[in-house]
Amino acid sequence: MNKTWNNKAWFMVLPVLLLVAFNAVIPLMTVVNYSVQETFGNNLFFFEGVKWFREVLHSDRFHDSLLRQLFFTGTILAIEIPLGVIIALAMPRQGIWVPVCLVLMALPLLVPWNVVGAMWNIFALPDIGLMGYSINALGIDFNFTRQPVSAWFTVIIMDVWHWTSLVVLLAYAGLRSIPDAYYQAARIDSASAWAVFRYIQLPKMKRVLTIAVLLRFMDSFMIYTEPFVLTGGGPGNTTTILSIDLVKAALGEFNLGIAAAMSIIYFLMTLLVCWVFYSAMMRGEDE
Amino acid sequence: MLELRNVSKIVGSETHIGDVSLKLESGTLNVLLGPTLSGKTTLMRLMAGLEQPTGGSVHVDGQDVTGWPVQKRNVAMVYQQFINYPTLSVYENIASPLRVAGVAQSEIDARVKQAADLMQLGPYMDRTPLQLSGGQQQRTALARAMVKGANLVLLDEPLANLDYKLREELRAELPRIFAESGAIFVYATTEPSEALLLGGNTATLHQGRITQFGPTIDVYRDPADLTTARTFSDPPLNTIPARKAGKDLLIGASQRKAKLPAGASSLADGDYTVAFHPHHLVLKSPGAGALKFTGEAAVTEITGSESFIHVDVDGARWVSLVHGVHTIDVGARVDVFVDPRRFMLFAADGQLARSAQRIAA
Repeated sequence: MNKTWNNKAWFMVLPVLLLVAFNAVIPLMTVVNYSVQETFGNNLFFFEGVKWFREVLHSDRFHDSLLRQLFFTGTILAIEIPLGVIIALAMPRQGIWVPVCLVLMALPLLVPWNVVGAMWNIFALPDIGLMGYSINALGIDFNFTRQPVSAWFTVIIMDVWHWTSLVVLLAYAGLRSIPDAYYQAARIDSASAWAVFRYIQLPKMKRVLTIAVLLRFMDSFMIYTEPFVLTGGGPGNTTTILSIDLVKAALGEFNLGIAAAMSIIYFLMTLLVCWVFYSAMMRGEDE
Repeated sequence: MLELRNVSKIVGSETHIGDVSLKLESGTLNVLLGPTLSGKTTLMRLMAGLEQPTGGSVHVDGQDVTGWPVQKRNVAMVYQQFINYPTLSVYENIASPLRVAGVAQSEIDARVKQAADLMQLGPYMDRTPLQLSGGQQQRTALARAMVKGANLVLLDEPLANLDYKLREELRAELPRIFAESGAIFVYATTEPSEALLLGGNTATLHQGRITQFGPTIDVYRDPADLTTARTFSDPPLNTIPARKAGKDLLIGASQRKAKLPAGASSLADGDYTVAFHPHHLVLKSPGAGALKFTGEAAVTEITGSESFIHVDVDGARWVSLVHGVHTIDVGARVDVFVDPRRFMLFAADGQLARSAQRIAA
């Protein structure tokens, strides 16, 4: 059999290859390059092997940032997911209030991140900010620029304000996809409101909630702008989460090797957790 | 016994159900037959108490239950979609109404087993609904409706989403299951053939009103009016306007003269509608006295054992349902025959004036 071989079709793949190369592979390789070398300026580099990785993994500073990061992500997930579901359940299922509620819910999502940071910074100031002033007026000593607890409280409440809407919208979409017949069947069975939630709404929302947890995990694990504008990682290092620490190391201290190694560890951690999460939840789906 | 007295449901300016009165006896199977949006589902929801009527009253065994919530009435319902609790096993799904009612575990076991055996779900008790086929999912929903021992079981097009073979199978089983329970069964369907296969009584619905209620076969044979006859015919009923003048029937725009069918001589002169079923319109003369019409073939649909030939006759579009495969070119001239004894005559107001004669085949 005679077949004409023509490999020109490979050229069709070229644009994609270039795009991926320039926006993913080359930047990533640059970081990998930095992570295994030492520089003293003037573009002089020396190969150092895994020295930076070892240093980062053994440094208390990295451990502390990681713990703060995990605390932040864990806390906001624990608040935003249940709160989002509760709000979605409370939203009207039909009528003229549906679009009103949806628009109100979507508003925080439309605010640029650094604006959110600046907004909450001013809002929480103890002397002129509405929230800061009010809390102090209640007799509670609140100053997020000086007290770690106040700073954490503000950072978390800011993230809850900004991102709970996303969970609400996803959960609401999940709820809306449940045919009315399910609710009727439950009423005919005299099922309680809790049973309706536990055996109909929750299972039917499972898929979108998986996506919500995943999105909120990734976003909160990589969050930078809002806490940076709000607290700058302070007071001291108390709200220095991974991304803020990374920028400090790379641009503040110009420790390129350390910062590059941190970046790669950070990236692999996000990837790993997402993968574990996703496969665990999808396995639960199959059973 | 379930009785609806002048029940209506008006939402805004739309009448979903208009002045329905209906008496359903215990231990009977009642079919609600009507096209989509005719109000079958709304009527069922009113019967169940899922919705409250805006007028009239609902009585169960003589007691007025209007306004009672569905939880207080002993009803069960099965839907067109397969509605089961997604995370619960088949066993727990069937058991769920009994659990809510606080029935003892030993009795739950016995009743679930009985219902599951009836529905042939025995081997699948530990599976969740998503691991079942569509037919098994609907059997689970049916079993859940059975196990409750409800007085009123509502089946809203329960077989519509199943494939052909499963539908046949379950439809054959349902009357047997109905017979074993003393409940009132109400079965909504859009298909006339399904109503005839199930038997029992049929109420035909049209635009939220019941046009006729009675034993299924009687409603089919002697429809009270043109609307009922149309609802109960698939493929569509063949009709043509006609005028009775003395001993003659003048049919169609061309005033085709025909002898008046027997039993129509006592009717007053005037305008009528002639109607007959598609399987009475044939391609060969069925015998002496048959009327021959010449028309133009429009569409021919062939199912294999039967052909549906659409013919334009004298300004009307008729369907002929005949056995075997017939290929007729579009636009070809076709002779079609109908025995005038098959004619139903409807008066100008739509009421039946004369039934079709029953002819032994």
